[in-house]
Amino acid sequence: MNSTSRSKLNHTSLLALLAVGMFGFAFALVPLYEVFCELTGINGRTSGQAETASPAVKDSKRVFTIQFLARTGKGLAWEFRPTVQEMQVKPGEIHTTWFYVRNRANKAVTAQAVPSISPGLAALHLKKIECFCFNQQQLAANGEMEMPLQFYIDAELPEEISTLSLSYTMYPVPEMKITQIETGNEVKVR
Amino acid sequence: MSTYGHADTGTRHPLVAFAARWLLTTNHKEIGTLYLWLSFTLFFIAGALAMGIRAELFQPGIQLIEPEFYNQLVTMHGLIMVFGAVMPAFVGLANWMIPLMIGAPDMALPRLNNFSFWILPFAFTLLLSSFFMEGGAPNYGWTFYAPLSTTYGPPSTDFFIFSIHLMGISSILGAINIIVTILNLRAPGMTLMKMPLFVWTWLITAFLLIMVMPVLAGAVTMMLTDRHFGTSFFDASGGGDPVLFQHIFWFFGHPEVYIMILPGFGIASQIIPTFARKPLFGYTSMVWAVGSIAFLSFIVWGHHMFTTGMPVFGELFFMYATMLIAVPTGVKVFNWVTTMWRGSLTFETPMLFAIGFVILFTIGGFSGLMLAIVPADFQYHDTMFVVAHFHYVLYPGAIFGTMAAVYYWLPKWTGHMYDERLGKIHFWLAAIAVNMTFFPMHFTGLAGMPRRVVDYSLQFADFNVVSTIGAGLLGLSQVLFLYIVVKTIRGGPKATAQVWEGAEGLEWTVPSPAPHHTFETPPVLEDSSGDAHG
Repeated sequence: MNSTSRSKLNHTSLLALLAVGMFGFAFALVPLYEVFCELTGINGRTSGQAETASPAVKDSKRVFTIQFLARTGKGLAWEFRPTVQEMQVKPGEIHTTWFYVRNRANKAVTAQAVPSISPGLAALHLKKIECFCFNQQQLAANGEMEMPLQFYIDAELPEEISTLSLSYTMYPVPEMKITQIETGNEVKVR
Repeated sequence: MSTYGHADTGTRHPLVAFAARWLLTTNHKEIGTLYLWLSFTLFFIAGALAMGIRAELFQPGIQLIEPEFYNQLVTMHGLIMVFGAVMPAFVGLANWMIPLMIGAPDMALPRLNNFSFWILPFAFTLLLSSFFMEGGAPNYGWTFYAPLSTTYGPPSTDFFIFSIHLMGISSILGAINIIVTILNLRAPGMTLMKMPLFVWTWLITAFLLIMVMPVLAGAVTMMLTDRHFGTSFFDASGGGDPVLFQHIFWFFGHPEVYIMILPGFGIASQIIPTFARKPLFGYTSMVWAVGSIAFLSFIVWGHHMFTTGMPVFGELFFMYATMLIAVPTGVKVFNWVTTMWRGSLTFETPMLFAIGFVILFTIGGFSGLMLAIVPADFQYHDTMFVVAHFHYVLYPGAIFGTMAAVYYWLPKWTGHMYDERLGKIHFWLAAIAVNMTFFPMHFTGLAGMPRRVVDYSLQFADFNVVSTIGAGLLGLSQVLFLYIVVKTIRGGPKATAQVWEGAEGLEWTVPSPAPHHTFETPPVLEDSSGDAHG
């Protein structure tokens, strides 16, 4: 093997390795994207963790409008809507609101709500103390209930944001992915 | 060297010999020819699909084509033009010309070269066969955004995924071969900074290919597992994110658009000095400009996604990074102009196409700058303005570049001069038609006509009539091109070795037509001042 063919082999192997590495990089982008979005909150996904304490109200002059939206994903025969369309809230104030769901199917169905907030940057500043989206929800055939959302908006929300839209999409949970159902937190229709 | 050269063809049945020659060839010139013919064929197929699109858009309302089929036409036109026409054309030119330009006997990995090519006909047969399947061909645009392509894609999507895998393998192997050839097989004395610019642009393009084609392969693999194996990379119900698809796609997609133009830059940088009879104004700055464009292409993908709800700092970053690309691109355009400045210009067909390239590509560059401005992009996004922009950089960019290269090197390949009068007619027809087709789309787009929609409001009717007539003319002008190429292959005035009075570089030192084997002993570079700069 002369030096040119050795060099050709080296270059070929290195370049093939680069190609394989870039294929792996495509998959590495998935967790990287998730971590990046969770740290910066830029894709509008609110935290799945419950907050415990509320900070003191720092700036009572600011008032935010928060709008609630609800929709169901493909293959879920549920009626799902907020009981209140929008609320005026001050920084640090704890509020509770309810979302109504009704199962139109003739069998028990389990579903999971996935939140999305717009503008996306507000995701880090909407703190949920209690949310039906933390757990899977089960409804008996033709069952209905109201589900609570308890939250506050912290005062660090960027100045330019005055209106937030919080949207939930309810997706059916496949049989094999159903985990424990926490019925203790649910409140039947008042 | 080739085991299946010309020598042994006489002893077998002519048909067997013909098949063996082309199926088993490891000769860079023959493989280059195969690539170019495949590209030419697919160019006409994808062009025919575009004729369908334009025919439907001739009038508002739905006349000829069902909306579902219209979506398939748009998708397949884009996919085949990008992966089937533009990319294989450049790889074909690289195969033919890089060994001749650097004084190498062949490509470094000739068997791999054969394999890279022969994957492609299978990949495109697979892709085109989807037209005849239940549910039809892919219908989600060439960008195949999730969930259109995952949850809502037709069954043929799986064939599409597999064909993308095959094209990716072919491109990656081809790119590896090109880099290894350039790094190892240059004639003694040809340092990197003496390489012709076509070789330089291809070296950088090949690196881009190796870095982004695997990412595309990853994206379609995720689609496949989302569709059939219960993952939810792009499905919000399972914790995934459809916007992630766009990030991964455009991380591939933006370097991809430079893959489709950098070799064109190289071609213009070969042709303009030849017909200006002056060396290129600034060789080193050209090399650095290509390198900078390639680097920047990796950090601007977000400008395709301004309207996805990106935070302001993200929009600002991608906006400024995108505008920065105008600097190295400006360096290149000014280089071409200053090369022509006070040169002894003549306007043979390759030069006409090269000048058309510089002017019309620059128009596409300017509309790109307009699109880079975030607040303006909110208005332009998904309108015909975007269609006008990328057709201006691709048609007079990538395709005029390829045509310039074909006219420039055809005498070297065939040993015959093409018909200059017909070549000029072809250029003027194509140049007028390309503007007739795509310029009105700027206006309809700015006025709000959406892209990828089969029908449109009445007020856009007149501009669309002009576009459709232009498109028909453009299609006809390419039939003339086919005629000119075939005519040149079959005969014509004999070409000299140098072909063009002002041509410099190693490829012009071998006879025309270039013999089957060239540079079996490395050439001696005459002068260290770098005659290869041409």
